[in-house]
Amino acid sequence: MKKGDSAAFFVFILLIILLPVLSGSTYTLTVGIFSGINALVAIGLCILMGYAGQVSLGQAGFYGIGAYVSSIASLHGGLPIIISAISGMLVAAIAAVILAVPALRLKGHYLAVATLGFGEIIYIILNEWGPGGPSGFGDIPHFGLLWYTIDSTRDYFYLIWGLVAVVMFFSMNLIHSRTGRALRAIHDSDLACNAMGLNVVALKIKVFVLSAVYAALAGSLYAHYVTFISPSSFSLFYSILVLMMVIVGGITNLWGAIIGAVVITVLPELLRRFEELDVLVYGLILTLSLMFFRKGLVPILIEKMKKLRGFAIAKH
Amino acid sequence: MLTVFLQFLFSGLTVGAVYALVGIGFNITYNATSIINLAQGEFVVIGGLMMWFFSESLKLPFLVSVALTIVTAGIVGFFMERLTIKPLKNPDLLLMIMITIAVSIVLRGILMFVFGKDPYVYPSFTEGEPVSIYGAIIQQQTLWVIGITGFCIILLFFFFKKTIIGKAMLACAVNPTAAQLVGINVSKMVMVSFVLSAIVGAIGGMAITPISLMEYDKGPMLAVKGFCAAIMGGLGSNRGAVLGGFIIGILESMTAGYIHSGMKDAVALIILLLILFFKPAGIFVSKTMLQLRKF
Repeated sequence: MKKGDSAAFFVFILLIILLPVLSGSTYTLTVGIFSGINALVAIGLCILMGYAGQVSLGQAGFYGIGAYVSSIASLHGGLPIIISAISGMLVAAIAAVILAVPALRLKGHYLAVATLGFGEIIYIILNEWGPGGPSGFGDIPHFGLLWYTIDSTRDYFYLIWGLVAVVMFFSMNLIHSRTGRALRAIHDSDLACNAMGLNVVALKIKVFVLSAVYAALAGSLYAHYVTFISPSSFSLFYSILVLMMVIVGGITNLWGAIIGAVVITVLPELLRRFEELDVLVYGLILTLSLMFFRKGLVPILIEKMKKLRGFAIAKH
Repeated sequence: MLTVFLQFLFSGLTVGAVYALVGIGFNITYNATSIINLAQGEFVVIGGLMMWFFSESLKLPFLVSVALTIVTAGIVGFFMERLTIKPLKNPDLLLMIMITIAVSIVLRGILMFVFGKDPYVYPSFTEGEPVSIYGAIIQQQTLWVIGITGFCIILLFFFFKKTIIGKAMLACAVNPTAAQLVGINVSKMVMVSFVLSAIVGAIGGMAITPISLMEYDKGPMLAVKGFCAAIMGGLGSNRGAVLGGFIIGILESMTAGYIHSGMKDAVALIILLLILFFKPAGIFVSKTMLQLRKF
């Protein structure tokens, strides 16, 4: 981890610990929980897009696989939730490999469409063969460790943001490792990487699987928190939402994924007061922020801070 | 046996025609700008709903309503390009796609606010008995949909081959820099492409609404299907989009009829994936054509 990131990470942990203490309202914490779940998916997509340069419009598919496999395994298979969540991640990983092998040869629009197609197929499968069909099913057990069941909102908040922190820590280290440098090189040029002796295809597949596993983890967390799932939560709209999070936050920075996830999750809540106009206002804010903050919030903030600092030094 | 088959075939041709029009809409903007305009589905919805507004709510004569709907769609396309696409100089393609998605959310928001969440319908363009072929019943509106699609395709063909604006747009598609050098106003062509694709989409919406109803949130699914059609035929090729649209439409209705109605959307997508994996250029595009592309 770089120096700046370590400081940011420290502040991040502090915020996670303090937020439930400062604002104990269940509503705030619930919105926080959903932000955290979305942040997990967004971090995966951010690594895939910002660092490996691959687009995916199918994250909802992996998210759905995680949610459904984990719920079914714990509800009907009677598995402990940790095992069922891991099995959800495993199934998502297998699906990701099967999709990645042919899909990652594609580029640009074509890769976007292929992943979109995959996501939609999963969505249709959940609708057709998922328990309860389009209306979904409930009674999914809460998350728990051995004999301790987590069911208070505050505990859930800590569990989910704790996992976000773990995932973030792991991802930061990954990005600044040899693999991370190789990934950024792929982003710039496939051909040059091949020439340098990197196994580009294997690396791309690994990152794709990683992003799928993050999404599946988020999916199972979602299912065991809400205890009721239906296919509509895993439609194309969710994939687009995650893409928005990554782009609004800033595709080139992992913190952007978290900030983007929080912004995009909180925004509709703030827009409730517009009632029937909420969709319209939401769309307008998205359009304008995409047009005028093209690099994303976090990279722009960093630039601003650097400028300020430069100004301060110049003054001395 | 034959009757049932024909029935499925005709219903497939009807939806296929609309997918084809949406696919052509994608191609028009893609050719001029390399942008995938994912608000394409909303243009179809605008066509259907505005036609209802003019003909049923304001009770205007049929042809006036058609003209006004086309003008409205054109204006929407115009403002979309001028307000969101033009101000961005030298943008990233992914960002552009995201902006079109954001615009589609705005359009959906406006449509929901104005029309509410109810589906709308108006009577067929002509009244009269359905036609019967070997026992299969074809509504008159089905013939209208297919006829209008055919007419649009022919019109577009002449537009791109014979008119100076059409030729200029083709030139922009092949090489924008060279087009600029020979004095073509590329920015204007981009604007024209958005207006044109909006109009083509709206025509599809006007024609299909009497058969399948129209509501504010039909856009995204139409966009996905139309996009499948365009990809299947090879992005950028209008002939391909038409064939792709009809193939997807027919496969869908056959699957719904013979296998299972819930699977109809999956079949189109699975075929799309297979094409992408094994022949990403589309079925009707040669390898050399692909190499000329930016993607």
